Amino acid sequence: MMIDYWQRVYRRSRRQYQRLSWRTLHLDPWLLLALLTIVTGGLIVLYSAGGESTYLVEAQALRFGAAFLIMLLIAQFSPRTMQRFAWFFYVVVTLMLVAVDVIGTHAMGAQRWLTIPGLIRFQPSELMKLAMPMTIAAYLSRRVLPPGWLDLLVCLLLMGVPVALIASQPDLGTSMLVTASAVFVILLAGLSWRFIAVCGGLGIAAMPLLWFNMHQYQRQRVLTFLNPESDPLGAGWNIIQSKTAIGSGGIHGKGWMQGTQSQLEFLPERHTDFIVAVLGEEFGLIGMAVLMSCYLLLIWRGLYMANQAHDTFGRLLGGSLILTFFVYVFVNVGMVSGVLPVVGVPLPLISYGGTASVTLMAGFGMLMAVFTHHKTTPR
Amino acid sequence: MRPRRATLKDSEQQARIFRRRSILAALLVLIMFSGLIGRMVWLQVVQHDIFITRSDKNRMRVEPLPPNRGLIFDRNHKVLAENRPTYNLTLVREQAGDVGQTIDRLITILGLPEDQHDVLTQRSRERLRSYEPALLLSDLNEDQIAKIAVNRYRLPGVEVEAQLIRYYPDGEWMSHVLGYVGRISQEDQQRIDTSNYAGTHFIGKTGIERFYEDELHGHAGVKRVETNARGRALREIDRTPPQPGKNLTLTLDSRLQKLGHDLLKGKRGAIVAIEPATGAILAMVSEPGFDNNKFVTGIDTKSYAALRDDVDMPLYNRASRGQYPPASTVKPYMASAGLEYGLIQPSDTVYDPGYYQLPNDSRRYRNWLRWGHGRVDMKRAITVSNDTYFFTLAHRMGIDRLSDFMHKYGFGEDHSLDVWGAGSGLMPSRDWKRGRYNQVWYPGETLSVGIGQGYWLATPLQMATAVAVMANNGKWVRPHLAMQVGDQKIAPPFKDTPDDIKLDNPHWWDLIHDAMENVMSGSEGSGRASGRNLQYRMAGKSGTAQVFTLGQKEKYNASELEERLHDHALFTAFAPVDDPKIAVAVIIENGGGGSRVAAPIAREMLDAWILPSMKPSEEAQRHVRQNESTAQHIATGD
Repeated sequence: MMIDYWQRVYRRSRRQYQRLSWRTLHLDPWLLLALLTIVTGGLIVLYSAGGESTYLVEAQALRFGAAFLIMLLIAQFSPRTMQRFAWFFYVVVTLMLVAVDVIGTHAMGAQRWLTIPGLIRFQPSELMKLAMPMTIAAYLSRRVLPPGWLDLLVCLLLMGVPVALIASQPDLGTSMLVTASAVFVILLAGLSWRFIAVCGGLGIAAMPLLWFNMHQYQRQRVLTFLNPESDPLGAGWNIIQSKTAIGSGGIHGKGWMQGTQSQLEFLPERHTDFIVAVLGEEFGLIGMAVLMSCYLLLIWRGLYMANQAHDTFGRLLGGSLILTFFVYVFVNVGMVSGVLPVVGVPLPLISYGGTASVTLMAGFGMLMAVFTHHKTTPR
Repeated sequence: MRPRRATLKDSEQQARIFRRRSILAALLVLIMFSGLIGRMVWLQVVQHDIFITRSDKNRMRVEPLPPNRGLIFDRNHKVLAENRPTYNLTLVREQAGDVGQTIDRLITILGLPEDQHDVLTQRSRERLRSYEPALLLSDLNEDQIAKIAVNRYRLPGVEVEAQLIRYYPDGEWMSHVLGYVGRISQEDQQRIDTSNYAGTHFIGKTGIERFYEDELHGHAGVKRVETNARGRALREIDRTPPQPGKNLTLTLDSRLQKLGHDLLKGKRGAIVAIEPATGAILAMVSEPGFDNNKFVTGIDTKSYAALRDDVDMPLYNRASRGQYPPASTVKPYMASAGLEYGLIQPSDTVYDPGYYQLPNDSRRYRNWLRWGHGRVDMKRAITVSNDTYFFTLAHRMGIDRLSDFMHKYGFGEDHSLDVWGAGSGLMPSRDWKRGRYNQVWYPGETLSVGIGQGYWLATPLQMATAVAVMANNGKWVRPHLAMQVGDQKIAPPFKDTPDDIKLDNPHWWDLIHDAMENVMSGSEGSGRASGRNLQYRMAGKSGTAQVFTLGQKEKYNASELEERLHDHALFTAFAPVDDPKIAVAVIIENGGGGSRVAAPIAREMLDAWILPSMKPSEEAQRHVRQNESTAQHIATGD
């Protein structure tokens, strides 16, 4: 089946070679521009946040180079193929998550990594960020929409198993993002407002249940969020220092590599989760506004592209991916600026880190695929 | 249930639903991003001032730069108080890793007793903020420093820190006049500007160290350093350098001081020597003394209790605080008062049958010589220290005039310029007695006061000052210890100097001086035994005071009882008579007769100061000049 597919791709590209365009490359120039702008800006901030370390910048640039290639590759797949592989992908990743639970690698108090000795160490939960919206979209696109009770139940089941596995690692941030990606598919599929209201009510009712199932450190994070001054040297330290960094930046910022909070290491996790505080401190409100505008344009373009998809699967997948991306940004900036509790969500495209950037770019590859693979592609 | 394939119509409817929902989503995204931007405006614009302050407080640390304490020299530029480096052991807990293990290693390496573990652990916690070194051990010896140095790799976070600490090379024979510095107590904090003492551990507690504390201390500087989150100082932002304390040159001559100490060795007593022309105190000895170095690092309770409870009271500065009846040493002053008031003429005589009787009173006030001196005039009265003559004079004068005139000599008040804690003695008067005892003054009491006894008390410093005023023909200079503070010379005229004593006939001063000279060199002179082979003209006056017990705490035992009932021996003197260079007061507690015990000591002090043997040799003077230029370098801060 695979060989057959690649032969078709090859023939198609040969056929279209003469009229090479963004579309034939299955890329969207606007999305690409926004991505490159944010990634480049992110590298500049990373250089400062990492203590002028070229190592970090090089590693990050290399990683994004690879991620761009993966994006390029994935953009070549037709949405139909993705739809077909969604279930297989979902089952494999879920099995990996079970494997993590059994033989996973411990790091930083959580069991998130799966190691294939001598080859690679990765987090299967990252892959679920792609598998989840694919599967739910694949399922719903074959159902009569808007989804009914039964569809909802199936979706919740499909969502529940991996999310529970991820949450038990424990990884609150990722499980939340995976949940969000599934929920967005359901919402975009046109779940009626009545259902939304009922589910929302149930969700709020389930809050205490969630609280009692949380790990101590997770509860601590929530408590700290509610009152960071209660433990200024311990759990509240991060949030106090990041707010201080952002607030002291003012309108114009202290200047690149001039941020005292970040350069003098008062700001924790400054090249990963809290990197936006470095930006806020060194580039001020202006820098923040520019960044938020870039994100906004990116998300708007993404939503537009999802709308242009030729089938329901593509629309639902694309819409879910771009809205999940928004959640990434909102949760990260929200937690760093002290309006949301601290959950381990990196700032997409900017935070230094491995798997997350790769899955993100793969997601953008899917978005480009659903946008560019139109009716011209053979059925 | 087989899923139904979506029809084209379904697909269009779904696309419509999707469009509606995604537009909604786009709006939501816009609103939520606006919320984030609003949050940024709140933090970065509205609350900017709060956070910029917080961020500065984060990164900047103000560190005090303690000033170096000024040195103290004697008049020949011999160092009397210096700053010696000592080595302290500190520990930064955050860098130590396992603190308990590090302390265990320290104990093993230095061979400390095991029970020190808890003490050191406790000390390692006594600090103001994290990453601050805590003081574990102070005043390490060289052996300990070497052991720490060798084992440093095994002692993370442990540092040996150098610190300057006060050192008094002369120990006990300078201790009373210099005083000492000690750790700043709660009580001390009340009288200082604590910000100026940030980083300083010591403060002048008594003596010169206390009186000139402000000058010796200097002014603390500060530096602002930028620190990282782990409290490590990365760079200095700016600094206000400390102004070192001023060096202090005293009027004291340490050789004269040492001589006084040697002369009083084994006795309880005091010597004060003053240069009459300037009021410069050349020596101020109080015996027994104590080692003031012990007080710097903090004396242990046992040693302190031993000093405090010693019967001989070594901590007590007899020279400036000890109060004794001045006894017969006041007779020259009484004579000057009698002349000034016109109560006597120099040639007037009084017949001394061995006692004096008040009119209509049968009580006999005895002369020290039971059978009397016969007919005595003023000169002879001073020479032989005749009591009857002065009983007569005192009775004529009355207590009011007597008290007034003796105040002019400084009795009853402290006129010293910079002697810390100097006593004011007691010059009794009618008013004083009424206030103190609510009793009237009896004429008989005037007689006792007339020979320097009764209620009259004076410190050795006051006695020396009075004899210096006498030597000066009534001209007053306030006695003082400092000769130079920093660049500033301390020299008369001083503020609040008492009025000079003026006699109607200035020649009377010569007559009194002549009588005092006769004490030393006359055939009848009470101090003639000490006046043999004088190479200069010396004037003196002996005194023998009835016992006055010093305090309530004295413990008597059988053998000491008798000794402590002996009279106090006093002697005041100045020389040379025609050009006084030195005035001295000597008191030996329970020493017996003043002329027998105190006079030889006074003579030795004068000899030492006046005779060329004591004068600095050529070489020594050259050395002094060198020191002077060095001292100036220090003073200008080069």
